[in-house]
Amino acid sequence: MNKVVDIKTAIDQVKTGDKVMIGGFTNIGCPVNLVDELATRKEVKHLTTISEDFGYSGLPYLQGPGKLLANGQLDEIIVTFLGSHKEANEAISRGELKLTLVPQGTFIERIRIAGAGIGGFYTPTGVGTVVEEGKETKVIDGRKYILEMPLHANVALVKCHTADRMGNATFRYTAQNFNTMMATAADIVILECEKLVEPGEIRPDAVQLPGVFVDYVVHCEEVAF
Amino acid sequence: MNTRHTIAKNIARFFENDTFVNLGVGIPTLSANYVPEGVEFLLHAECGFAGEETVVPFPWESLDDRDEVIRGMKALSDEAGCDWRTGHRDLCDASNSLVKLGPGAACFDSSISFAMARGGHLDMTVLGGLQVDEEGNLANWMVPGKTTNGMGGAMDLVSGAKKVVVAMEHCSKSGEAKILKKCTFPLTAVACVSAIVTELAVIEFIDGKMVVTAMNPNITKEELQAKTEAALTFAEQIDVMDIVE
Repeated sequence: MNKVVDIKTAIDQVKTGDKVMIGGFTNIGCPVNLVDELATRKEVKHLTTISEDFGYSGLPYLQGPGKLLANGQLDEIIVTFLGSHKEANEAISRGELKLTLVPQGTFIERIRIAGAGIGGFYTPTGVGTVVEEGKETKVIDGRKYILEMPLHANVALVKCHTADRMGNATFRYTAQNFNTMMATAADIVILECEKLVEPGEIRPDAVQLPGVFVDYVVHCEEVAF
Repeated sequence: MNTRHTIAKNIARFFENDTFVNLGVGIPTLSANYVPEGVEFLLHAECGFAGEETVVPFPWESLDDRDEVIRGMKALSDEAGCDWRTGHRDLCDASNSLVKLGPGAACFDSSISFAMARGGHLDMTVLGGLQVDEEGNLANWMVPGKTTNGMGGAMDLVSGAKKVVVAMEHCSKSGEAKILKKCTFPLTAVACVSAIVTELAVIEFIDGKMVVTAMNPNITKEELQAKTEAALTFAEQIDVMDIVE
């Protein structure tokens, strides 16, 4: 089994109108090379990105999902934290970009249950706030909970440190963040790795993302930021 | 008086041995500088670690030169001999600072991180606030009409932590009260706050009342109440706050 492809073949899988998950906590664990390649496909539009945040803003160069926004490739973003991202906030106030904010723990759990085949879950997060509006609630053991639904994507762009040709992957420190769960919750999963090894070089019990979730492995030796 | 450091130093009175604590971005993170001697606890960073952290300087002068940043990232890699003990480009805290970890730390993915937060495994979370009201409601993520930042992990952290301490300046920059009868900004959570630490007072929720348990020595009870919309109760014994000049 060999899932390794070149970056262009991998990003060819992203189609106009897709929902695209992007791993990372800002740049830590973000598949920057894959996002950069997607940003060269200006004809791939009306995308919805699903990511913890929207990357840095105010840099002299465009970076992360902000590049896709500048290209006019995005219709909607689903994030937990936007920060003071200037370009995104301007696009939202002009009505060109739809913003959906999700509490971070609800965000990852919606992704986790999407990948695990679960139809919804009850959480105390957001009770009595705008997050509760329009949602079913339930009192369990005297505490109020909100029903939250799974969050799927067409494509997940994720990043690991080391992968083998079968897509088994390991991560460094906090770079795992949203990547493993996103890889379970999308129809097509593209994994960027810094280091590519042969099957057997990663100890089976050290694998953090089993290759069964991964469709394509892209080896990007160069660090991007 | 250094307002931020005075608040940070007085948060430290809530630190207890052998606990698991999340410190939010800003003043709460500063409070790690004032941990009393002999008190040891584990930090939780929602981006994915539990342990003792030390911020390492970015190996670049500014983010303006992408090539320089990439050189800096390479200098913090496995290949350059870096790991969790030294700081690594794949290791950050929730403020997005690059950090190194002390012995005994653990790294994990976001679903485990929020199981810790939501599931009652955190003894305390300390976070910034915009408004707190008499019912213990907290608003800390959005000022209507201003830029939308997003709530990040705040709503999850306060829904599960055993104790929620809010660190904030007593009044807004324009002098308006932030400790109110009823919050006016969008809420982060209802009835979640255990204590508020400002540069003027430490206020704890005891039996449904806002009880002042420590005060800045340079203010009277009447002056404190005048700067607070909510009704305050004063403890029999009121500690003197530590002031950082």
